[in-house]
Amino acid sequence: MSDVSYPKDLKYTKSHEWIRVTGDVGRVGLTHYAQDQLGEIVFVELPEVGRELKQGEVFGVVESVKAVSDCYSPASGKVVRVNERLVDSPELVNSDPHGEGWFFELEISDSGELDNLMDADRYDKYQAEEGAH
Amino acid sequence: MSGTGYIYKREPLIFELSAPGRRAYSLPSSDVPACDPAEVLPRDQLRREPAALPEVSEVDVVRHFTRLSQRNHGVDIGFYPLGSCTMKYNPKVNEVVAGLDGFANVHPLTPEDLVQGALQLMYEMQTYLCEIGGVDAVTLQPAAGAHGEFTGVSIIKAYLASKGQGHRNKVIIPDSAHGTNPATAVIAGCETVEVKSDARGGVDIESLRAVADENVACLMLTNPNTLGLFDENIHVIADIVHRAGGLLYYDGANANAIMGYARPGDAGFDVVHFNLHKTFSTPHGGGGPGSGPVGVKKELADFLPVPVVGKDGDRYYLDYSLPKTIGRVKSFYGNFGVVVKAYAYIRSMGPEGLKRVAEDAVLAANYLMRKIARDYHLMYDRICKHEFVASGVWQRDRHGVKTLDIAKRLLDHGFHAPTVYFPLIVPEALMIEPTETESRETLDAFAEAMARIAREAEETPEKVTGAPQTTFVKRLDEARAARQPDLAYRGDLPKE
Repeated sequence: MSDVSYPKDLKYTKSHEWIRVTGDVGRVGLTHYAQDQLGEIVFVELPEVGRELKQGEVFGVVESVKAVSDCYSPASGKVVRVNERLVDSPELVNSDPHGEGWFFELEISDSGELDNLMDADRYDKYQAEEGAH
Repeated sequence: MSGTGYIYKREPLIFELSAPGRRAYSLPSSDVPACDPAEVLPRDQLRREPAALPEVSEVDVVRHFTRLSQRNHGVDIGFYPLGSCTMKYNPKVNEVVAGLDGFANVHPLTPEDLVQGALQLMYEMQTYLCEIGGVDAVTLQPAAGAHGEFTGVSIIKAYLASKGQGHRNKVIIPDSAHGTNPATAVIAGCETVEVKSDARGGVDIESLRAVADENVACLMLTNPNTLGLFDENIHVIADIVHRAGGLLYYDGANANAIMGYARPGDAGFDVVHFNLHKTFSTPHGGGGPGSGPVGVKKELADFLPVPVVGKDGDRYYLDYSLPKTIGRVKSFYGNFGVVVKAYAYIRSMGPEGLKRVAEDAVLAANYLMRKIARDYHLMYDRICKHEFVASGVWQRDRHGVKTLDIAKRLLDHGFHAPTVYFPLIVPEALMIEPTETESRETLDAFAEAMARIAREAEETPEKVTGAPQTTFVKRLDEARAARQPDLAYRGDLPKE
């Protein structure tokens, strides 16, 4: 369906979020597959700075022309920064999901949890199967 | 000349038709002394300037809205296979009955002795719905399906609390459910727990067992579900939930598929809602309002909203005496006019007729499914009930044509599009519900249109991705409409 290559420096969840870890901070976003499934995104609800999230906890929702979906945090930790640009330009999630379309950053409290996530190769296979129904 | 050229012109807004001082109606001069609103209304309630209302004549108004109505698609214009919505034909005899003076013009506060006929109709409607649903008592108050859900879950919560089970706060909902189910649970103060569907499209029994614990208030289930599939495990499902101490809620959105053949109450459901505007042929969409009566088993009857209609000898009365009632959920007695229309439908069909409705709805859906399966993927390829879900994944993966494009292209063929991208568990979903009232010729014409679109997707995909071409407005920019909604007319229009 799509010929996007998933960045090697990201880790991925089964619910189609990614996290890029730099030191003890993780930047979180939605994958190309997720934005493609959702279609044009019209609204993003971001978590509040300072909120403590657990891995797998709902941090917000994205609304597209098709559906409203929960988004799940790939790791536990405290939200330290959110991408304010998404408030006025939610389409960044569609145009650059692994870059400019990031959602928030958190201070990772348990880096061991990251081992539960998929690397790019595994996620690529996983999303191909998900889309192949 | 057909004389319908006006239909292809841009219809101005009613504001653009306005001319200063033009009036639709000359009111007789007032026979009471005029008073200044500023003297009788609170200051903060006063307008600073008069509202900018359009000033038009009666004929301007009639022509404007008649022209707009001619651009609309309705079930009286053409086939309307909007899955899950049950856009069945609305028999006109229902309107005749609902228009009778004693029904249409009765004041809701008229003394009971002067409205015995209206009360009798409501009482009998409660009785019929009890019989059709396999339940013991019914309220006609809820104004729509989701309102019925809220009423039903509120009754369940109140019942559980009365049994010392007030801590039960979990509502189990399958991943194929209508979005109203989780919304209802949250509004009623509960938490939702999702259960997955199994490979056949039913509730995954092991997943259900895993979440059915001492905190479960109820399971909300639509059967047949939004895939149009009947869950044959319903007795097992009911047993698991009841053993855990929870109740079963039946979402009646798809009751037209089983009407007269299976009763939710017999399958173990404790609370049932009906969509009169789906199952019992009253208008909905723009023609609403809806009506969502709720039926319950005996143990829950004391918790129904008041009043219900009772009968004492030959006399009908409004019964406010239920001691444990959850209270009112709607002013007066619900959408009475809708109840009258549904009553007319039930009486004109009769028990055998209602069974035929279910048979024909299921037959039509299966006939159409087999034809459409030649060109479109079926994720759950088994006999369906009143609707089925096809998928546009072949068209998407092979030709870059998405389900939204297919839906838009159907408009060029004169059909209303099916429900798209729902249920969420089917990618590129096309949810198609033909209903029992469509002829074989109509079903064939729709199937032929779907086949042609599949060929176009292959040979000339730009025809599909550029659709619609023959409608008054072309492809709408849904994303921009949602991102930058501009809903108020301020005396200017954007340049076209």
